[in-house]
Formats: sequence, structure tokens, C-alpha cells
Amino acid sequence: MENLIALLIAAPLFGAVVLLCGGRRLDKTGHWIGTLLAAVSFGIGVVLFADMLGRSADERTLTQNLYTWIPVEGFQADMAFQLDQLSMTFVLLISGVGTLIHVYSIGYMEHDERRRRFFGYLNLFVAAMLLLVLADNYLLLYFGWEGVGLASYLLIGFWQHKPSAATAAKKAFLVNRVGDMGLSIAIMLMFTTFGTFAFTPVFGAVGETSEGMLTAIGLMLLLAACGKSAQVPLQSWLGDAMEGPTPVSALIHAATMVTAGVYLIVRSAAVFNAAPDAQLVVTVVGAVTLLFGAIVGCAKDDIKKALAGSTMSQIGYMILAAGLGPIGYVFAIMHLVTHGFFKAGLFLGAGSVMHGMNDEVDMRKYGALRTYMPVTFVTFGLGYLAIIGFPGLSGFFSKDMIIEAAFAKGGTEGWILGGVTLLGAGITAFYMTRVMLLTFFGEKRWQPDADGHEPHPHESPKSMTIPMVILAFGSVFAGAFFEIGERFLKWLEPVTGYSHGNPPVSAMTVTAATMVMLLVGVGIAWAMYGRRPVPVVAPRGSLLTRAARRDLYQDDFNHVVLVRGGEHLTRSLVYVDHSLVDGVVNGTAASVGGLSGRLRKLQNGYARSYAVSMFGGTAILIAATLLMRAV
Amino acid sequence: MSTLTSAHSLWTLAADTPAERIPAPVIEYAQLAPTLIVVGAAVVGILVEAFVPRRSRYYVQVFLTLAALASAFAAVVGLAAGGYGSTKAQVAAMGAIAVDGPALFLQGTILLASVVAVFTFAERRLDPAAHGNRVDSFAAQAASVPGSDSEKAAVKAGFTTTEVFPLALFAIAGMLIFPAANDLLTLFVALEVFSLPLYLLCAVARRQRLMSQEAAVKYFLLGAFSSAFLLFGIALLYGYAGSMSYAVIADVVDGTITKIDPALADTMGNDVLLLMGGALILTGLLFKVGAVPFHMWTPDVYQGAPTPVTGFMAAATKVAAFGALLRLLYVVLPGLRWDWRPVMWAVAIVTMLAGAVIAVTQTDVKRLLAYSSVAHAGFILAGVIATSAEGVQSVLFYLAAYSFVTIGAFAVVTLVRDAGGEATHLSKWAGLGRRSPLTAAVFAVFLLAFAGIPLTSGFTGKFAVFSAAAEGGAGALVVIGVLSSAIAAFFYIRVIVLMFFSEPKADGPTVAVPSPLTMTTIAVGVAVTLVLGLAPQYFLELAGQASTFVR
Repeated sequence: MENLIALLIAAPLFGAVVLLCGGRRLDKTGHWIGTLLAAVSFGIGVVLFADMLGRSADERTLTQNLYTWIPVEGFQADMAFQLDQLSMTFVLLISGVGTLIHVYSIGYMEHDERRRRFFGYLNLFVAAMLLLVLADNYLLLYFGWEGVGLASYLLIGFWQHKPSAATAAKKAFLVNRVGDMGLSIAIMLMFTTFGTFAFTPVFGAVGETSEGMLTAIGLMLLLAACGKSAQVPLQSWLGDAMEGPTPVSALIHAATMVTAGVYLIVRSAAVFNAAPDAQLVVTVVGAVTLLFGAIVGCAKDDIKKALAGSTMSQIGYMILAAGLGPIGYVFAIMHLVTHGFFKAGLFLGAGSVMHGMNDEVDMRKYGALRTYMPVTFVTFGLGYLAIIGFPGLSGFFSKDMIIEAAFAKGGTEGWILGGVTLLGAGITAFYMTRVMLLTFFGEKRWQPDADGHEPHPHESPKSMTIPMVILAFGSVFAGAFFEIGERFLKWLEPVTGYSHGNPPVSAMTVTAATMVMLLVGVGIAWAMYGRRPVPVVAPRGSLLTRAARRDLYQDDFNHVVLVRGGEHLTRSLVYVDHSLVDGVVNGTAASVGGLSGRLRKLQNGYARSYAVSMFGGTAILIAATLLMRAV
Repeated sequence: MSTLTSAHSLWTLAADTPAERIPAPVIEYAQLAPTLIVVGAAVVGILVEAFVPRRSRYYVQVFLTLAALASAFAAVVGLAAGGYGSTKAQVAAMGAIAVDGPALFLQGTILLASVVAVFTFAERRLDPAAHGNRVDSFAAQAASVPGSDSEKAAVKAGFTTTEVFPLALFAIAGMLIFPAANDLLTLFVALEVFSLPLYLLCAVARRQRLMSQEAAVKYFLLGAFSSAFLLFGIALLYGYAGSMSYAVIADVVDGTITKIDPALADTMGNDVLLLMGGALILTGLLFKVGAVPFHMWTPDVYQGAPTPVTGFMAAATKVAAFGALLRLLYVVLPGLRWDWRPVMWAVAIVTMLAGAVIAVTQTDVKRLLAYSSVAHAGFILAGVIATSAEGVQSVLFYLAAYSFVTIGAFAVVTLVRDAGGEATHLSKWAGLGRRSPLTAAVFAVFLLAFAGIPLTSGFTGKFAVFSAAAEGGAGALVVIGVLSSAIAAFFYIRVIVLMFFSEPKADGPTVAVPSPLTMTTIAVGVAVTLVLGLAPQYFLELAGQASTFVR
């Protein structure tokens, strides 16, 4: 059975190779090949899942060692995979949601002449992401990590003819490099500390390692997670990444890739459990991002950017939960899965709306779409209810668990973190209600597009709506399914461990408080956008709104501190290079050239001079030999 | 009848006198087969010149030469397979010739390099046909005065100097003996046997004949000068040890032989003789490898000689001379290590630096390659100085790698031509990569190998000699070697830049399409360069197994 693991990755990888190298003759069939191979991967995942369920909890881990990837003495890296419950969860999510989004893209990208390439990139992404979650060592994980970074870069910049898309791709790539540096440093630290970077030996050796080193490794892993998962301070790329086609935003920048950071932290649980300081930083990063993303999401008029802010915020929840240690690991992953469903659904819904509205993204130019796009409305609405935590839907269970876990952390920390998560729940309810109201309710505020075409909103084709319906099912039922009988907890506990913590208040109280926050958030949104007509041109807004529209000045901050600072550093280095380094280099070159020119003159073409040189040489040789003996 | 009997009785009478008996020499023909085959073929080649009609001589000679080289190589392989390179290594022909690992490895290298070199000798498609006759790189009639009527007549008659093939065979035979020579007299004879044909070969270029003849005369004069040094050194060593044999001299140096020949009672065991003699013999050998300050012939001769000969000479001579040098230093003078090592250090350093530095300002591709070969001689010397088995191994490997790159590079030089023959001035190579990307790319591969860039044989070789030198305690030498490599990289890469990133000249040269012969030479060069760069392990091990000298 373990031999199937490599096939999980091989299928989409094969698809990527075929589609990217196959050339134009695959233009007509390329999207089907890509979708089929993603589905094959999902099918294998299901088979492995069924097999895994058939075994008892402590025999569920499968390993497959393909070959030794880097065989250097003392530095062994295997091309080896490890499939446990955690990886399995990701495999199903990645290949399942991935397949749905492939199907959706068939319709969405129908008129794009580079569709084959798009599917090639999607397949490449799926393969890299599966490699990331299946690797049994950090080096191989890093390979997958870079692979998804590459796929993300290619897909954000897919419409490279738009300068904004090209810039966004570059920005995502550069910001991610900072995080990647963290991962590579973490791996180097592991290698110097443990002499290996395979999961099992590293986690086994944690007990004998100083806490300082573990904290350093943990912080570097967190830096990596911040890059990939768009957490403060490396969050700035995610909003711009919405320049990519909407299926990309749904798959990579909402459901799967951006959760890689959460995976990394949960996977490295052993390291973080032994480094409380690093854990504290993780929760702080999560809490800050949670609020940051939520506030940004409140002010955006671009539907995808509002959703991107929401993604950032929800991943903040997951990171925060992961930082709580064994109290939160399971719920971080559970929220990750439910979020994968409803956020992908919301993005696909957004894409469907844009599809019907001449690719308009400004929500102020939507309105009253519920009757024109009923399927989109219903599926989007269910996703909306799920994310705000409407009782009984997916998000309700998973988010509630995180809030409870945050309180269960105990002490002042617990109260602060719990308070932040509660506040976040309220803001989530506000901004998502805002999106809902602006898009589907109220007056028609449709505007002709740049070419003067009036929008004629219509429901999207079946290939787009069916994935949305399936994801809506997940949004509705996944949470309850996981929660009943604590299925998800029992499933993951053998891998991540679980501790109940010591909640200062009862679970019922927390749930009630969450409900209150939800109602307040929805109520304010209704008061602002439901009762009153919405202006087509955004009003100036308060100071906070203006700041949030500019992503809380993240880019200005980066520009002033990093770009300017970097420029100054570069300039001074260039100066040193020109004056000092070049001076030495050019001086050396000039003196070698001059010496060469002079020595050349010895070669005057006369045999007699050559003979003299030989004679002199021989004399010196003899003299030197005799002298050596004399000395 | 009676006269016959009396003549016979004369011989038998002499043999019957016990006091005058000279023991019949024991010759191990089988073990000397590689050399004997080549010498035999050379003699047959001369007969071919005398008796085979002019029209078919070329074909007969080419066939004969290649067949001889191939069977000689087969003999070398057979000897090596028979264990003569390791367990059965011994001294043959009454102590004159060693049959051991280094000898067989170098002989194999020389033979293979000679095969591809002979391909370039036999190339007849590069020069435009003269009067309907295909011509090669050699003068129609070497004896005719350049520009004279007799030369024109010879060209018109379609003469070719097919003597180059037997000449090459004689040279190769000398080179085969040279690294195997186990006494000083054999060493000297071998030196002359391979040098004299080379002087002649240098003189027979078809184009620029005066330059070619000038090169030959210079080479001859300086070569004779260096032979004199060598011979003088031999005499001094004989005076010191009372024997020509390497083994005996080594024993005297070690002090294991104390019996003094009464005729040499005044000189035997006198260390001044030993040191001077050793230094003089080194001089002779350093001249052949082109080490500074005995290198000055190289640029002039490399430039003037017909390019196929230059390639052959640059590769095979170097292999043979370094082989002899290794044997001298490792077999005869190991007891004198502390005397010659500092001196050789200095020679190696000066050679590396001078070769690399002077090459920087060269404008002719053949001269550039000549100085490059000087610098490479310095790198190889670094390996020689290691005085360890790794040192021998690295030198053997380096020589094998270097010869194919060199022959390949000179073969490419023969292809780039304009109206005056080969266009060797570097300015004419500008933009070659745009017009003939394949030729330029191949030449770039050779240059990168010369520069020692990884994934080429040059890197492996350089790495081997430098690490052997470093292990042998010559760290400073390695640092200077690496610095010289950096300087050398400049002029190699400059040629690449010139070929690929400069605008082609309007009246630039064209690249001639060669026959499969030269193509094979170049292809073999590229293949060896890449194989020894990518998967050198087998060949390094082979060289390692062959690194023990018999004594």
C-alpha cells in the first residue's frame, strides 16, 4: 500500500510535464488531462485513506523510501515519504479541493488561449504541495515548499501582460524568499544540532537539546510559516496575489498553499512544545494577523481583496491555535480543513460573480445579484454562514473550538488571546456580512465597463457551479461531521497529541459570547450597508477605514524601512565595490597585463637569446641544487 | 666452400675463446612488442616510400600507421591485462627498459593520442585542392626552396610529403621508450629518436614555409643544446655511480653499494658530480616539457610547425617527457629528494606564473596555446613534486586528460581558415560563435577544460595534482597554482567572449568542413574531456593502479 504514496505526487507531476512540454497539440485536451490526473491523485488518496481507516491508530503511519536523494557521507537526504493522519488530511484536502478547482477552471478559463499552460501550472502546484506534506524530512519538505512557491509565482503572474499581475507575482516571490530563508536556516540549524533533518530522529532528539537552540529553530520555522501563510510581518503579498485568476486565489491563496505554514508548525510540534518562548511568539503573530486581516477585510471594496483579508485573518486563527501547543493543534488543522471548504467556495462564488459581471471586482458596483445568480447566491451564502460561525455550520464548530482553546491556555495570556479571538469573530461577522450585502442585496449599482458594455449578470456554466455546490456541502456539514463523537480529535490525536488545557470559563459561556459577537457584527453591518443605500463611489471614510484600505500602511512601511534602507545599503556597497574592490581587481589585472607585456619582450625570436636563457637557467638550477646541499 | 668454412671458423673461434665471451643479450620480445611494432611499421613505411607508387602511398601509409598504432595499443592493453603493470612489472632488455604501470599507462596514452593526431595528419579536405589534387597540411616537396620553381612544379605534380607518417612513427617509437627507459643511455637514445623526426616534421608546413623552417631550425638548435646538457649530466652521473643503470645509481645514492670501481676511484660517490649531473639531466627533460626558463622554444615552434604536428607534439612529447622525468625523480633520485624538491618547487612556480602571465597578451591562437601548455607544464610539475603514489597517479591522469584536449584544440585551429590558410590571429576569431556555433562551442569546451572548469577533464586533473601536492606538503605551491589558474582563466575565457560576444568581422575567416578524420579527432577530444570530467573515477583508479615504478 505504501508504494502508492509516490503515485500521489507522480500523477499531477506527470500532468505538469506533459502539459508544459506537450506544446500546442494538447491545447484542445490539456485541461481534461490536467483535471483527470488531479482526480487520479484524489482517487489514490481516497484508497489510502480507506486503507488507513482499516488499521488501528498506532499503525496508521506509512513510509516509502524511493531512493537516497543526496548521498553524501554524513549528509543523507532520502527521497522518502511519510503518510500519517496529518499528511492524509492534507492529501485529501489538496487533491480533493484541487480537483474541484480544476473542474471549475475548465469553465472559468475557457476563453483563455493559454489554458493548457494554466492547467500545467495547477498540476505542478498540486504535485509540489503533496510533496510538501508527504516528505519525511525537512529537506524534501523544503523542496516541495519551493515548488509551491514557484507554482504560486507562475500563477499569480499568469496574466503577465498586465503589469499589476507581473508586479504582484514578483512581490509574492520576493516576500516569500524572506520566509524561505527562515526555513533554510532552520534546516541548517537542525543539521548542525541533530546531524539530520528527517522528522523522526529530529523529534526524538529534541529532549537532549538546549531550549535556546530549539527556540531559534522554532522562530526560524515561524518565519518560514509567516512567509508562506501571509502572517504579519510577511503578509503584504497576499492581497496583491489576487491579481491571479480566481481559481488560483481559491486553491492556492485560500485553501491550500497558504496553510502550509500551519502544517509546518503542527508538524514541528515536538520542537515547539519544547520551546515555550517560540510558541508564545507564534500565538502573538497569529493574534496580530487575525485582527490585521480582519480590519483590512472590512475596508476593501474589491471582493477578492476583502476575501484575501479574511483568509489572512482565518489563518491567523490557525496559527494562533497552533501556537497554543497540544491544546490547539487539532483545532488548527480542523479549522484549516473547514476553512478550505468554505473559503474555496467563497472564492469560487466571487469568481462566478465576476464572470457574470464583466470581470468587475468592485463590490460597490454589484448589488441585487441574488435573483440573477441563484446558485452562486445560495452556495456563497452558505459559505458566508459557515465562515461567520453560524450555529451548526462548519465554521461554527472549528472556530468555536479555537476560541475555547485560546481561553484554555490559561492565565493572562489565555484571557488576552481569548479576547482577541472573540473580537475577531465579531469583525469577521461584520466584514463578511458587508460582502454579502454589497454583492447580493440592495439596489443594482451596475456600471458599464471600460468598453461601455453594460453587465448582464447570468448564472455560470455547470462546470463552475457544480464545484461550488460540492464545496457548499462541505461548508455546511464538515464541521458537524468532524465534531460529532470528536471524530477529528481522535483521528489526529495520535500524531499531534492533545491536552484539554484548563478553561477558566465553561464551553457554553464561550459559545454564547461568540454568538453575541456574531450578532453584534452582523447587526452593525446591516445598519451600515443593509438599511441605507450604498454609494457607488466609496466615501472618504474615517482614519481607520482609510488606513485599512491601504492595508494598514503595510506597503508604505515596507517601502520606507526595507526598500529605502535596502537602497541605501546597496548604494554604499556599490560605492565600496567601485572604489575598493574594483580598484584592487583592476589594479591586479593592469599589473598582470603590464608584466605580461614586459615579459613578452624577452621572447624576441632569436635562438641565441633563447639559448642564453637556457644556459642561465641551467646555471641557476645547478647552483641552487648545490646551494641546497651546502645549506 | 673453403672460404665459407674459414669464415665460419672465424666466428666460432671467437666464441670459443672463453676469456672473450660476450653473453648473448636476452630480449623479452613480447614485453617490448608495443615499441617493436611501431619501429617495425616505421621501417616498413620507409620501404613503402621507396617502392609503392606515389598515387597510392598516402593510403598505404595511413593504413599502415593506424594499423601499427592500433596493434601497439592492443599489445599495451594485453601487457597490462597480463599483470605487467602491477604484479609482473619488471625490467626487460638487460635492464634497459622498464615494463611497469607508469610505462604502460603512458605508452597507452601516447598511442591513443597518436592515433587521433595521425587523423589530423591525414586530413586532406581543409586546403582547397591544388591542380585537382587533394592536399594535406604538409609541403608538396619539403626539399624544394620556398617560392622556387621546383616547389611550383612539385605542387603542380600533386606531390605530397607522405614521409610524415614514418617520421611520426619513429617519433612515437622514441616516445614509447622514453618514459620506459631504465638506463641513462637508453634515455638519451630514445630522446634523440623522437626528437629528430619532430624537428623534421616541424619544417614541412605547406603554408608559411619559411616560418615553419625557421621554427624547425630553432627547435633543432635548442634541442641539440639541451641534449648536450643531458649528455653531460649522464656523463657526470656515470662518473658518480660507475653505471648507467637507474637501479645501480639509485643504490649508490642510497649508499647500499659501496664497492668502488677502481677506474673511477677518484670520482665515485662524489656528491658534487651527483648533484650537477642530476641537475643537468633535469635541464634536458625540463626543456622537453617546456618548463620555464627552458620554454622559450615553445611559442615559436608551436606557431611555426604545421598545426597537426603542433598538436601531436604538444600532447605526446609532454606525456613522454613527463614520464621520463617521473622515472628519473622517483627511481633514480628519490634519495636526493631534499635536494631537488626545493629547486623543482621554484621551477614549477616560475613555470605556472610565467606561462599564465605571458599568455595574457598573446594575439595568436597558436602562441596562446603554447603559453597555455607552458602553464600546464607547471601544474603537472606540482603533481610531480608531491613525491607520493598520489602524485604519480595525478600526473598520469593529468597527462591523459591534457593530451586529448590539446590535440582537439589544435584540430579546431586547423578548421578556421581564410585565404592565407589557417587564420590564427585572435582578432579574426571575433564573432566565430555567431557564424559557426558548433565549432566555437567545441573550442569553448576545450578552453574551459584548459581553464579547469568543473565538469571537464581539466578540473579533475588540476584537482588531482593540486590535492596530491597539498598532501605532499606543498601548500604554498598549490596557492600559487590556483592563482595562476585564475590568471589563465582570464585568457581562456577572453577567447570565449571574443567568439560569442563580439561582432563578426566582415572579412572574417570561414570554418572549413573537415573529413571524418578530423571530425573524429575533435569528437574524441570532446568525449574524453567530458567523460573524464563527469565520471573520472574509473580512470583515476586506473592511473592509481599504474602508479608504482619498478626498480
